[in-house]
Amino acid sequence: MSNRRDFMGMALGSFAALGALGALYAAKRTWDPLPSVKSAGFTTIDLSPAQENVLVTEKWRGKPIFILKQPANAPKSDREIHVAGGRYLVVVGLCTHLGCIPAYLADKKQFKCACHGGEFDSLGVNTFGPPPRPLDIPPFKISGTSVILGETGPEYEKMLAAGLTLKV
Amino acid sequence: MAHFDEKAKPFSHKWLNERMAVDTVKKVLSTEYWIPKDINFLWAMGMILAATFGLLIISGIFLLMYYQPSVSGAFDSVNHTIMSEVGFGWLWRHIHGVAASVVFLVIYIHMFTGIYYGSYKRGREMIWLSGMLLFVLFSAEAFSGYMLPWGQMSYWAGMVITNLFEGFSPTIAGGVANFPGFVEWLRGDYVPGQAFLTRFFMLHVFLLPLVIIAVIVLHFATLRIPHVNNQHGKEIDFDEAAKLYKEGKKKESKVIPFNPVFLSKDIFVMGVYFILFFYLVFFHFDFAMDPVNFDPADGLKTPAHIYPEWYFLWSYEILRPFNKDLGLIAFGFAQVAFFLLPFLDKSPVVAPANKRGLFKVWFWVMIVDMIVLTVMGKLPPEGIWTIIGLIAALVFIALFVALPFITKFEKKA
Amino acid sequence: MKEFKILAVVVILSLITYWGVEPFAHSQMHKHVEGHNFVYDGAADIAEATADKAAAKKAFWGEVNQIDKLPGNAAAGEALFGACMGCHNGAGINMGGVIPPVLDHAGSLYDKKYLIALIKDPAMASNVDHKYANTMMHPMGAVQAMVTTPQQIADVVAYIKAKKVGKMTPQVAYEEACGRCHANRYGGLTQLGETPKFKTEKEALAHKLKVLDEQSLVEKYMGKLPPDLSIMIRARSEQYMETFIENPQTQLPGTSMPRVGLTKEGYESVKAYLEETGDPSKEARHAIGPWVILFFVIFTVLAYLWKKHHWKDLH
Repeated sequence: MSNRRDFMGMALGSFAALGALGALYAAKRTWDPLPSVKSAGFTTIDLSPAQENVLVTEKWRGKPIFILKQPANAPKSDREIHVAGGRYLVVVGLCTHLGCIPAYLADKKQFKCACHGGEFDSLGVNTFGPPPRPLDIPPFKISGTSVILGETGPEYEKMLAAGLTLKV
Repeated sequence: MAHFDEKAKPFSHKWLNERMAVDTVKKVLSTEYWIPKDINFLWAMGMILAATFGLLIISGIFLLMYYQPSVSGAFDSVNHTIMSEVGFGWLWRHIHGVAASVVFLVIYIHMFTGIYYGSYKRGREMIWLSGMLLFVLFSAEAFSGYMLPWGQMSYWAGMVITNLFEGFSPTIAGGVANFPGFVEWLRGDYVPGQAFLTRFFMLHVFLLPLVIIAVIVLHFATLRIPHVNNQHGKEIDFDEAAKLYKEGKKKESKVIPFNPVFLSKDIFVMGVYFILFFYLVFFHFDFAMDPVNFDPADGLKTPAHIYPEWYFLWSYEILRPFNKDLGLIAFGFAQVAFFLLPFLDKSPVVAPANKRGLFKVWFWVMIVDMIVLTVMGKLPPEGIWTIIGLIAALVFIALFVALPFITKFEKKA
Repeated sequence: MKEFKILAVVVILSLITYWGVEPFAHSQMHKHVEGHNFVYDGAADIAEATADKAAAKKAFWGEVNQIDKLPGNAAAGEALFGACMGCHNGAGINMGGVIPPVLDHAGSLYDKKYLIALIKDPAMASNVDHKYANTMMHPMGAVQAMVTTPQQIADVVAYIKAKKVGKMTPQVAYEEACGRCHANRYGGLTQLGETPKFKTEKEALAHKLKVLDEQSLVEKYMGKLPPDLSIMIRARSEQYMETFIENPQTQLPGTSMPRVGLTKEGYESVKAYLEETGDPSKEARHAIGPWVILFFVIFTVLAYLWKKHHWKDLH
């Protein structure tokens, strides 16, 4: 076998590698979530039937969404959404530690996660245990008395900019 | 006890050699695996089969991510989800379908090359037998795969082929070879249904590919000692030829190393093959994706024309001209005929067919007969086609019966 | 060179096998059916009619051709069209087995002579006269009592051809011309039109039940449920589709499917929708294919040079 550098072989090999890259790109696109999955990511929720301090659980992108109407006399918070005169907490109902669903204890006005004991207050802020941050706020857009989860509106953009939530 | 140098750097050449003998492996399987120089492009068909099988596995992996093996979901999971929704899903489906058909064209070329050059005898019987076993395994793999889209052709091919396993009619030999219960057992149901679909899914995706890979390894193993044949069937002293080559006397040597010399020709032939292959994938694929299978399976309606995929047609046509029982015998004969080739050919001569007197005639008659059987197998069983088909089927049987006699009296020169 | 001879033998034998198994065999299985380029003047119907029907068809199409020559008054036709709206109102109510199609683009979709024939005698025009002894039994048979004189027919058709026209998407063409009988699940269409998105499973199931009810009505009217056309474009050849849609009787004699009288443009619109749902990757295939083939041409050239590099000092 020739001891000289096999230039033709290297050229062929590199060209073939280019083709392999193309194939890998196609493979990556095959793995992408389907358009029908991505387009199903919008849910409209009417907030008006909710009652004060009674937890309502809805679904968005397969995840639970907590809706908690705040009592009228409670101090205001940046984490609330104001819709048709009511003040609501709208958060993703998954503990920010490892993703279990925390239970709401109405008498203590507190979320308690059974998995590792984490606690959040009635505005979703983590108060005790391993959760590293408050419950996440999903992207939302206010429309009448409803919110459309999956779309973004100016109120959500403000919350995001203020660091009140991570992008979900 | 092997010697391990403590000062050798981990994963260095020396370190790997001590543990896995990488240099020896490289020599035996690659740089000093000697192939005769006197070959033509037909010798690349084996590599092309490996490459096509590789394409089938890769495209199959992506199809498997979205295919649903349920009678309600299969058809749409393929024809809607994969074809419209999955990124490049259509590409994998087209590659898979075209490759499944073209692989048989290459198998037949590979097989007939072996027959032409006498590469099934004088030490190469096991290569031939393992290769024929691969043909049967690929046939089973193709059949099981064809069930999966659950179109009209999937359903009715499944119905018809499993019906073959009923054996002979109850009137023959008091019904000893009649197994109606076996057909239901095979299907897991009275007709092809959910149980049928999922078990063929299991075969297609798991069991058969495993067995195929094992037999490919066997096929390579049976080739290593007898070595690859050459265009003139000459016996080569591989040790002597190897010595010449390694001394630098490349022109005088009768051999070349597998890597990189034989491989470079293989890859060139593969390039030409891929140009044709991808032309078919993108622009001309109806032969591999028959329109009849784009109608969803309907157990209450048989299509006006059903036929197997092209590579099964010759075998199907041998069964058709006869009544049910005779047909089954003829069909069985057709399946084993090629296996018996090394033992039916009574001549020890290894040479290309054109140098083997009557065998040359035998070979070309066989090729023409296979083509005629294939075409007749697709045509509706009417008029002159049935007559031609019957003659072709009888010629096939006659060819294999005559072979021992033709070759027994062949000149030994 | 010897290798070229071998290649030639392999290629020729493969091509012969391909020819026998594909074009030749398929031509034997499906006899060629002549199309008439979407012309509806009755010539083909008369030529292909059975002896007992030939005279009636000849008379019928003769009259149709006469009406075609009359100058139609679109304004007068508009007044008459009000009667059509009694059924063709888009309210989605099943009448006589099928929901009457919306006629918003009827002028663009359907042929003028065909429209004349259809109003004159729906069963005869759509080639389902073998199903109805008396055309008044046809779901649209009542039109014969509403639009009676040749001039009236000419007026209504003139109105349709003048006002019921416009650009339409392939989906709209499909919904108007085919959608009342043929669902297209890949396009999200049932016999009731586009399937809305439902929030609850209960609502979705309720809709499904409505669809099933409508389908059983259509099934009773037609004898069997007209097939879903999602992927029909790949299940039949181009020639078959064209001749079948132009006149279903040529490919499926005795079928209950009415001919709908599409113009060539109407057919192209419907075909475009069928390709959207049944072969959406066609564009991508044609866009990417040449590049992949070019890649392998270059690959082969490089491979050949590499091969030569290794074989040059061997002979």
